[in-house]
Formats: sequence, structure tokens, C-alpha cells
Amino acid sequence: MKPLRKLLNNLKPNFEKGGKLEKFYPAFDAFETFLFVPNHTTGSKGTHIRDAIDLKRTMILVVLSLVPCLLFGMWNIGYQHHLALGMMNVSVMDNFIFGAIKVLPLILVSYGAGLTTEFVFAIIRKHTINEGFLVSGMLIPLIMPIEVPLWMLAVATIFAVIIGKEVFGGTGMNILNPALTARAFLFFAYPTKMSGDEVWINTSPEKGQTVVDAYTGATALGDAAAGYQDKIPNIIDSFIGIIPGSVGETSTVACLIGAAILLFTGIGSWRIMTSVFAGGFLMALVFNLFGLNTLMQISPLHHLTLGGFAFGAVFMATDPVSATQTNTGKYIYGFLIGFLAILFRVFNPAYPEGMMLAILFMNVMAPLIDHYVIEANIKRRLKRIKPIQNQDG
Amino acid sequence: MSKETIAVPAKKKKTKEPLFSAKNKRLLYDPLNDNNPITVQVLGICSALAVTVKMKPSIVMALAVVVVCAFSNVIISLIRNIIPNRIRIIVQLTVVATMVILVDQFLKAFLFDVSKQLSVFVGLIITNCIIMGRLEAFAMSNKPWPAFLDGIGNGFGYGMILIIVSMFRELFGSGELLGYRVVPDSFYESGYFNNSLAIMPPMALIIVGILIWIQRSRNQKLIESK
Repeated sequence: MKPLRKLLNNLKPNFEKGGKLEKFYPAFDAFETFLFVPNHTTGSKGTHIRDAIDLKRTMILVVLSLVPCLLFGMWNIGYQHHLALGMMNVSVMDNFIFGAIKVLPLILVSYGAGLTTEFVFAIIRKHTINEGFLVSGMLIPLIMPIEVPLWMLAVATIFAVIIGKEVFGGTGMNILNPALTARAFLFFAYPTKMSGDEVWINTSPEKGQTVVDAYTGATALGDAAAGYQDKIPNIIDSFIGIIPGSVGETSTVACLIGAAILLFTGIGSWRIMTSVFAGGFLMALVFNLFGLNTLMQISPLHHLTLGGFAFGAVFMATDPVSATQTNTGKYIYGFLIGFLAILFRVFNPAYPEGMMLAILFMNVMAPLIDHYVIEANIKRRLKRIKPIQNQDG
Repeated sequence: MSKETIAVPAKKKKTKEPLFSAKNKRLLYDPLNDNNPITVQVLGICSALAVTVKMKPSIVMALAVVVVCAFSNVIISLIRNIIPNRIRIIVQLTVVATMVILVDQFLKAFLFDVSKQLSVFVGLIITNCIIMGRLEAFAMSNKPWPAFLDGIGNGFGYGMILIIVSMFRELFGSGELLGYRVVPDSFYESGYFNNSLAIMPPMALIIVGILIWIQRSRNQKLIESK
């Protein structure tokens, strides 16, 4: 640690006022505070909440809670690949290594493109680097199909950082969740690479093995939307996550481990998480009673384990910036996300996975919900003071 | 018509003003930048979203709006003193509608394929707030020549944005410019895809937003005091 500190101390004068590289101070500051706890305190004008956990630590905890999803995702990518090629007896480690080799470039590109954009904006606008991208940069690869071309990922990341975040003023100001903005951009811009049944599993041939006859590349929801009831994986498989899908979202177990970390550290809102699941469950239950098509016939609990529902509920809906801020608002917001996600799934075959659109839609509605919750509160409290006024009069 | 410009009051002048005096030139140039109908006044957005998928229809649309805006400005300006105030909107509408029908018939006669692409949007120039806005704000209180320049300026201010937006949308959405392929085949072979979001209206909105952003960060006059 000491030599590192020394190196930073030596470099520091170059970046401070009057130094040669003054312009790049934000970049230097980002690295310094990333490595060491900053030694400066809040100025006299800032909010005076003292806590050991600053934005950087918050973000890194969210990244840590994503690790189970990431590791499981890597294994699953390898497993699905070997399964498609008919190679059943591949060891866990080999599956994992294959997946890791496929997933790492996605993570590198996502962080590379996003952080470069952040650095450029920080230098132009002369503010310190926003830490928000630490999480977005990890979320983006986890919600992409494994076969997404890297240049598309880079374009989407840059688009999300600029249009989803920087135009509104950077971290903490965004209306939409940046990671989902990236996914939505790709979904509408390059639909052939973001949906269908060719992007979820890597099927590059290997050692004379080719794709087996019974192979289908569609996700569970894709199959369900097409009406293939018998192809939907059973609830145990989809709960553990041994199903094709985006990199990190297939496993409900991994998402729940992440949820536990978020809830234990108090970073994620339990109100939002529980109400998303409640909303989804209720909606699926209502549809299940009618059972008119394959998607409706899926049992409510099964619905919650399919697609990106759990991942969205735990990591996307709870984004503290784009979610609602009031407690009552959080229940409404979460419930409507779950409700809409299942609604989109069942009624719109063009979007077999409704979670992304449901969260983005509710992101837009969040300020409105907060507004009415606060208005209602004001009204309630105004009523309380009326009798006193009358007594005076 | 939320952000209307304040009409420039017609000055009483003794000497005859030259045709392109500084004031008249401003009428022509202002709408191109400081007072752009789309990026500053945020008018005429609907047609900017609808017709800008390809460059050719946007250019035709831009010219159509220039013609309609300029000539209806002149006509209204000529008869501004005899229009009864209470029915002025109806009179303005009639004039605009006449001009739009003339333009529409012209397009149908000489540019039939473009006319088909533009479909109802030529007819909908009548409802374009820019034109009604200029009539109300400028032509009703100014002489024909300044009104003509104002119409031309605003038409081009609108058209300029339309053409910029359509250029980006056609380039990224279809890989073409004015119908000619500009993205080389080798790009597609190495994995390039056309961006189908660019063909959808939301992208036009995003591009207009980016244009406003760039314009505001360059043009200090447009930044509101906090």
C-alpha cells in the first residue's frame, strides 16, 4: 500500500491547480479515491450526514452482490454451450472457464466504453468522476445475450451513459436506469441480435462436435410465447437457472443471494423488492385462473423464476435514483413493475420479456407517484390542523 | 404555441429602407440560429418526427413549408389592415389552406412518388404551428417585404433542422444518403447492422434533443438565467 500512496503523492502536484495536467484532475481524483479513503471532509455547504459508507463503497457493495449472478452466469454459458453441442460430460470447471472467456470481453467493453464516456464528461464539465457507472458497467453485460457483438455493446453503453444519464446532469439525476437504457437501445436498434433464438447460446463448433438435432436456442419465455408448453423448463431448473437467457439473469437463486447482501447492508429497498414480487405473483395468479394461452397457464411462482424477473426486481427496480423516494411510493412503484412485467409478457408476444419495459416505464412514472404521495400526505396533515383553526376563529 | 416570439413593432421610418437592411437581414438569419422554430421555440415537432426517416421527403417538406410560410405571410401582411380582428384566425387559416393545397397539387403533378411518401403530412402543414405563429406574431403587424423575409427565414430554420435530423436518421437507419448507399458493403460483411431505432420516431426526438443541447451549450444567448 505504501509505495502506491507514495506514487500518488508524487503525481498529485501535477494534477492540482497550476499543475501541468490540471485539466485531468477529475480522472486522478477518481483513481485516488478509488484506492484510498479520501482525506477531505464535506464542505460547509454540503449535507452533513456522516457515514462510513460513501457513494463509492455503496456502489462496490452492489457490484459484490452481483458476483453470484456473474459466476453462475459464466458457468451457465459454458453449460448451455456444451449442452447444445451434445457434450454432456463436461466438468463444472470447464463449463465455467468457457463461460468466463466469453463473458469477460463483454465486461471489459462495457466498463471501457462507459468509463471513457464518464471521464470525457467529467473533464469537460470539470466535476469529479461519477461513481454510478461502477454498477451500471457490471449490470450491462449481465443483461445482454452472450452472442451480442462487442461493438453493439459499446454503442449501447455510450448511448446509455450520454442519453440516459449525462444529459440529465450525471449520476443521481437520471430518470431512467442507465443499464436498462442500454438494453432497450439494443433491443429496438438491433432486434435480430437481441431477441429470437440465435443469440442466447454460443454454438461455435468444437472438436468435431456440432449442434445436436433436438437443439432449440429460444429462451423459456420465447418458447412459451410461441406456445410450446412442453419446452418450458420446469420450476426447479428455472429457479436454479439452468436455462438459456441473458448472461447473469437466469438464476433466481443467485439473484436471491444478491438480494440478501443488498438487504443486509441496507442498500436495496426491501419495500420495492417484495412489492415487485407481490405484483408479479398476483398478476400471474389472475392470468392463471383464466389460463387462455401457454403464458397464462404458467403457474405464478414459476413466472417469477423465468426470464429477468428476479434480476430486475433485485438489481434494477431498486436503483435508488430512478425509483420512487417515498415509502408508500415504493410499494406502489414496485407493485406496478411486477404487475406490468407479467402483463407485457402475456399480452404482447413481440416482447416475451416484459421486465425491462415495465421497469423503464415505472422509472418515468416514479416522480409522479412521489408527487401524489407527498400531496396526499400534505392533505392528510392539513386536515389535522383544521379544528384548531376553528377553535381560534 | 407556447413560446411565441414577440413581434417586432413596425417602425415608422421616413427614409426608404434598403431591401436588405441590417434589420431585414436579422429577420432572415435569426430563425436559423437564435430563434430557430424547432430547437428554440419547439414548434412543429410532430412533422419533424414524422417525415425525417429519409432525406428526400424532408427536403421536399422543408421547401413546401418555406413556400407556404413565405407566401401566406405576404398575403396576410398585404390584407392585415382589412382583416376584422375577431375572425382573423379563420382568415389566416383560409390563406394557409389555399397555399397548402397549391403546394400539394404541385407535388402531386411533378413529384408524385415523394408526394405519396409524405402522404397526409403535406396537408397537415396547415396545422403546423410555425406558420400560424408567424402569421399571428409577425405578418399581422408588419409590411409585406419584412413578412416575406420572415417567412423565408422561419421556413429555412425549420427545414434546416429537418434536413439535419433526416441526414442522421437515413445514414444510421438505412445506411444511405438521399437514396444512395454510403455505408460500404464491407462494413455489413464484417458485422455492421443498420440501426432500426433510427427509423422509429423516438430517434428523431433524441436527435432534436441533442441538437438543442449542442446549440445551447454553444450559444450563450439562449441560456436562461438561474
